Amino acid sequence: MKQASTGVVLRVINPGALATLQDRGRMGYQRYGVPQSGAMDTLTFEIACMLVGNEPEEAAIEFTLTGGSYALESGRCRAAVAGAFTVTLNGAPLPPYRAIELRAGDMLRIGAGTVSHGSARGYLAVAGGFDVAPVLGSRSTHVRSGIGGVDGAALRRDQWLQLRAPAPPDSLPLALDPRLARHDPGPIRVLPGPQDDYFDTAGWDRLLGESWRMSPQSDRMGMRLEGARIPHKGDYNIVSDGVPHGAIQVPGDGQPIVMLADRQSTGGYPKIATVISADLPRLGQLRPGDGLRFARVTIDEAETAARELAERVALLRRALRPAGILG
Amino acid sequence: MSRPRRPAGAPATSPGCRILQAGDQALVVEFGDAIDARLNRLVQALDRRVAAAKIEGVIESVPTYRSLMIVYDPLRIRAAALRRRIEKLVPKSAAAEAPARRWTLPVAYGGAHGLDLEDVARAHGLSTDEVIALHSGAEYRVYMIGFSPGLAYLGGLPEQLHTPRRSSPRLRVPASSVSIGGIQAAVFSVEIPSGWHLLGRTPERLFDLRRPQPFLLAAGDRVRFLPIAPAEYERLAAITARGEVVAECETGA
Repeated sequence: MKQASTGVVLRVINPGALATLQDRGRMGYQRYGVPQSGAMDTLTFEIACMLVGNEPEEAAIEFTLTGGSYALESGRCRAAVAGAFTVTLNGAPLPPYRAIELRAGDMLRIGAGTVSHGSARGYLAVAGGFDVAPVLGSRSTHVRSGIGGVDGAALRRDQWLQLRAPAPPDSLPLALDPRLARHDPGPIRVLPGPQDDYFDTAGWDRLLGESWRMSPQSDRMGMRLEGARIPHKGDYNIVSDGVPHGAIQVPGDGQPIVMLADRQSTGGYPKIATVISADLPRLGQLRPGDGLRFARVTIDEAETAARELAERVALLRRALRPAGILG
Repeated sequence: MSRPRRPAGAPATSPGCRILQAGDQALVVEFGDAIDARLNRLVQALDRRVAAAKIEGVIESVPTYRSLMIVYDPLRIRAAALRRRIEKLVPKSAAAEAPARRWTLPVAYGGAHGLDLEDVARAHGLSTDEVIALHSGAEYRVYMIGFSPGLAYLGGLPEQLHTPRRSSPRLRVPASSVSIGGIQAAVFSVEIPSGWHLLGRTPERLFDLRRPQPFLLAAGDRVRFLPIAPAEYERLAAITARGEVVAECETGA
């Protein structure tokens, strides 16, 4: 039951390094081997959604390292970019974290990240969302298995993206003080397990004592870390079991891999620790070469952090202010 | 559930069930660390009980060979509360199993469909017909679906066919390949890299988004293979190419 097209079309002029449609992720299908996917930085993603008045169930464009450029081919729409990136509208710099109205012919350029630590990914949302049918309950793209997004693939040059809303909403466009959108610095917090007993204190000393560097061989599936080798106590193969989001698996070479949104549902390497949910958005903002450290916390601390993140999202929602009409 | 951990690599003992914290969004209920039908029955029995309990905050569960991962929302249920709920659900034995679905998957063995059939036969001093008879004469249990959408890992491979994996994996193995690796069998769903031995290929599709139920198999299903000629493979493949299912399925005990 496809609705008639609204005639509002956003054209991908240049998708940057990698741009995919993502929402909160595909829930309920890991038992069938389908990865969860979804936004790598759910906090910044959610800010993009709230700036244009979308629910976080709606998909946005997740761009990587450099934003690329997009032109409104026809119609009018409201759009917003969230993330620490330079943005211009028809060549004029645009304040960050501000919803704008686009008219046919307008060109939005998203440049490189503006902070050294924490601008790997940003989100371009449009009010009402993109006219893309959910697949298995989600619009998130999993490129490896060709599921979701537009034809299961990353966005391509000259692709036309239909918008669902025929016009921008009547409400005033919203803006957010960019300082409120910053990620907290500090180590990435982990909980031990589920296979922490495959490692002894030597392994833990390495994980927590070393400064790690994100390898260029990282993607939405896993973040490979370079640094000292984490020794196993004995065997480094396990009978395959479920791979939780943020699991730090250690293969035979001792170089840890943090399993992220596009991870496979099952795997056979021991997982020494798992990144807490509140710190996954920060992890999604690291760039190849960036350093990071881990700190061990308790489940109580992890649960407190999860509640604090949810409270922060609620605070951000209340901090939105009308931005005035631009462009 | 607070038994001391047995050392890694020790034989699976029952009821050595442990509930492991896996971050603040998942618990893993581990019944052992072996590929074993009894452990797998326990996993699937718990999976059914968790589904039936409809616990507030539980998002999904992922059954694997020997453990069940329970994914939850930490804002809706805390780990300690979920752990207490799960402890009460852990089955002591998996004697009573729900009636399984029994599938018969047609397979074209050997030739271009099963590049490793002759090598496997040679490795075991068997004829290719003997390998086909052994492989299609057994009933398999779907231990888990994993690695890629719809890929079925099967237990029940006859011991005469246990074969170490290839020393160098192939970078691309076609979808619907019927394969064996170590003590396991599998049916692949999409094109993947693999070091398993390819015995044949089914014209059935294990994953097809055009179908109302995109995934053919689920953990706990039983599978048999029916040898077919290459011409029959082509005929059936033309039907599955339209999004229809050709494999036969019996439901009930």
